[in-house]
Amino acid sequence: MSSRERILSAVKKNQPELTELVAYIQPESQEDLLGRFTSVLEGIGGTAIVAQDLAGVKSYLKEMWQGKGRIVSMIPELQELGELAGEADPHNFENVELAIIPAHFAVAENSAVWVTEELLQQRVLPFITQNLAVVVSKARLVATMHHAYDIIGSGDYGFGTFIAGPSKTADIEQSLVLGAHGSKSMTVFLI
Amino acid sequence: MLTAAARIHLREKFLTRRAAITGVNFAIAETGEFVVCTNEGNADMGAHLADVHIACMGIEKLIPQRKHTGIYLRLLARSATGQPVTTYSSHFRRPREGQQLHIVLVDNGRSTQLGREEFRNSLKCIRCGACMNTCPVYRRSGGHSYHTAIAGPIGAILAPNLDMKQYADLPFASTLCGSCSNVCPVKIDIHDQLYKWRQVLMKDGQGGAMKGLSMKAMNFTLSSPGVYRTAGKAGRWFYGTCRLW
Repeated sequence: MSSRERILSAVKKNQPELTELVAYIQPESQEDLLGRFTSVLEGIGGTAIVAQDLAGVKSYLKEMWQGKGRIVSMIPELQELGELAGEADPHNFENVELAIIPAHFAVAENSAVWVTEELLQQRVLPFITQNLAVVVSKARLVATMHHAYDIIGSGDYGFGTFIAGPSKTADIEQSLVLGAHGSKSMTVFLI
Repeated sequence: MLTAAARIHLREKFLTRRAAITGVNFAIAETGEFVVCTNEGNADMGAHLADVHIACMGIEKLIPQRKHTGIYLRLLARSATGQPVTTYSSHFRRPREGQQLHIVLVDNGRSTQLGREEFRNSLKCIRCGACMNTCPVYRRSGGHSYHTAIAGPIGAILAPNLDMKQYADLPFASTLCGSCSNVCPVKIDIHDQLYKWRQVLMKDGQGGAMKGLSMKAMNFTLSSPGVYRTAGKAGRWFYGTCRLW
């Protein structure tokens, strides 16, 4: 008997009586999603910037980041700022100072943005970069994680992730420090 | 400063290693994907750079549908550090092109615990750590005193399932104050299970001779007023003599 068969038969033998799946409660949407998103993101160490359009994002990022290191931009309209993630080997992104990525949508209750492989090209990009800029449409703000999974639905992706703020840890210094292994800062542009 | 030093040091490891082993927070039966949550980004740095990703999960990590992940992601970080959600909640469904992805499903006593009706509730644990942060015993003694991988109140009810003899002491190291059950987001009756484990362990002869003997002596003393008073007098005399010294 293989270990797989052994485990499955033990689970089957000890299976408790099945219970009905509890009702899935869908919370109502709430007012002022933008205000909530902004304040939560600031609370977890990120920065939210409301911009008129991509031109506004471009001029902000240009002022902040141009000449400060390698920039990778996954948004065609912001191509002027940096290269596309054309490299095949993820290790080649180790010296990226700023990555600019689009997100499918953002969640107001926890200021997370949802991105998938399709938008990133390279899965490692938002983690390996020193600093992260995300562009998302204001119209794509949802209230809670329940609404988020409503949008994701049965969509197909090889890899998808919620990113909420810069990476952080309190495991090393016993007090919270921003910038563990992932990006040291996160700026979200809402347009 | 220390964190920055660790970041630089470990970055080199992430960039040069060919295989990455991660845990799994939730696995979704409906879609076959799994979710790994970190605040540091260590799981993602490892998994997306390595040629081989090996994800190890307990068989109890399975949840029915993708939409249920939202509920658990909310619960996990709120109950762990008080954050609204973990910084990275990564959903893996397929390996990236050219990468190998292996998922190891671990039993390690879980199927046995499933068969123990009084204790199977402990398998609901999502490892948030809320019971540890609230536990007066854990906060004084720290993780290593539990001499098992999972510390705190939840560790004390999981460990005896693996080895009753080796972990017989853990369910007794509790005040049964119930704070753990109070904060548990998935409503495990932790302090009740600690109490139940004591009975199981004593019946199994894991309590030790001293514990049995002292309980018998207590029973003898407390069931007779005469003996109780004499014992009280003897105690006071003994205490008084000690103080004179």
